[in-house]
Amino acid sequence: MSNNQRIKVLVSVIGLDGHFTGAEIVSRYLMDAGMEVVYLGIYQTPEMIVSAAIQENVDVIGISSHAANYEQINLLMELMKKNNFSVPVMCGGSIPPQDAEALIKKGVSKIFLPHSTSESIVDYIVSIVKK
Amino acid sequence: MVDSIVEKIVNGDVRTAAKLIGDIDNRVPGTREILKALYKHTGNAYIIGITGAPGAGKSTLVDEMVRDLRLQGKTVGVLAVDPTSPLSGGAILGDRVRMQRHSLDEGVFIRSLATRGQFGGLTQSTRSVIDVFDAMGKDYIIVETVGVGQDEIDIAKSAHTTVIVVVPGMGDHIQAIKAGIFEVGDIFVINKSDRSDANKTLHDFKAMIDITRKRSTNGGWEPPILMAEAVNNKGIVELLIEIEKHRKTRKALSPESIIHNKKAIAQLELIDMMKIRLVEEVLNHITNSLEFKECLDCIVDGTKDPYSACDELLSAKLPDGLQQS
Repeated sequence: MSNNQRIKVLVSVIGLDGHFTGAEIVSRYLMDAGMEVVYLGIYQTPEMIVSAAIQENVDVIGISSHAANYEQINLLMELMKKNNFSVPVMCGGSIPPQDAEALIKKGVSKIFLPHSTSESIVDYIVSIVKK
Repeated sequence: MVDSIVEKIVNGDVRTAAKLIGDIDNRVPGTREILKALYKHTGNAYIIGITGAPGAGKSTLVDEMVRDLRLQGKTVGVLAVDPTSPLSGGAILGDRVRMQRHSLDEGVFIRSLATRGQFGGLTQSTRSVIDVFDAMGKDYIIVETVGVGQDEIDIAKSAHTTVIVVVPGMGDHIQAIKAGIFEVGDIFVINKSDRSDANKTLHDFKAMIDITRKRSTNGGWEPPILMAEAVNNKGIVELLIEIEKHRKTRKALSPESIIHNKKAIAQLELIDMMKIRLVEEVLNHITNSLEFKECLDCIVDGTKDPYSACDELLSAKLPDGLQQS
């Protein structure tokens, strides 16, 4: 990666979930790691997230989930496939193991559970974008 | 390759445009050739610059403007520029949060951009992105920048109409004079005008704009000062009417003045473009050299002063004729 290139990440909370603190703190971590974060905020539908990700040409999508609204994440994965738009989607939040497994099966590339370190998130993003 | 990309963009293909904008921002080699070919498809959009202090309500105002322009059936490109952290080089681009309702509207293309560049790169990528939106056929392009610093003011200068957004309680008119905003504003908006000190701000601005106007040469345009509450959709219709009036005033200028203004903008843009390449290329050339590293060592151990080091490096590295300043 040359000096001019920056990793661009879209961070959003999805569906009827108003827990924005996690998403904002992670956004801040990523900024501190030298990444550009397009932050969408809360109450975003899968359609809004895909549209923004396309317009912003992001490298990765990060979804925060604290409201057990995994159906929305599934819809997001399906919508991306339907639109032939493919970037890694990672999720973070309080997600029980069986749900995490189901999301991975749906194509989510990585789940970050509570107590994940900022380094682990940053390192993961760097590793998948460089691939 | 170049032709097919240009064709897709002229036909409004969002993904091709989004990818190209990313490449512009990352200075990917070859992007320049596409921009060269794209340039002849530009010149049709009306460019509105929105600038003001952080928290003045620019994004909310833009959101409302886009809504009204869409009601008129116009297509819009929004370029939202946010600052890059000088420490990490990262950025949080949060302007979309205020513009969510347009995210599914195919007539609106919103793109966030971080200021990034250290050598005035902001102005160049911003202008290139404007060209991409323009070639896509957008009727209006709204460029939102945080109004601090020369780069942002320069962007304002290349917009057709520049709107300065201020809020009450941000200090007296001296602060505004210092920021140099009176010279570049075509329209002033006092946002959050429901606040009690809005009238004082209005009076301060009226007085200052009167003084500025007396020495300006813009075809008799008197910058209006509007009161607005963007979050309550108040003052937006009035703002769009004033923008339209300003557009007509610009059109009605004498042919000489139009050419004069166009030349001024062309000069600004051309110098900017050359500045970036010159500074980057020459500076990279010098800072990668052995002599540069030796000079650093000498300055640190006290055997050379930085003034002499600068002279020596430039006379060794610059072509003859460029050395005397």
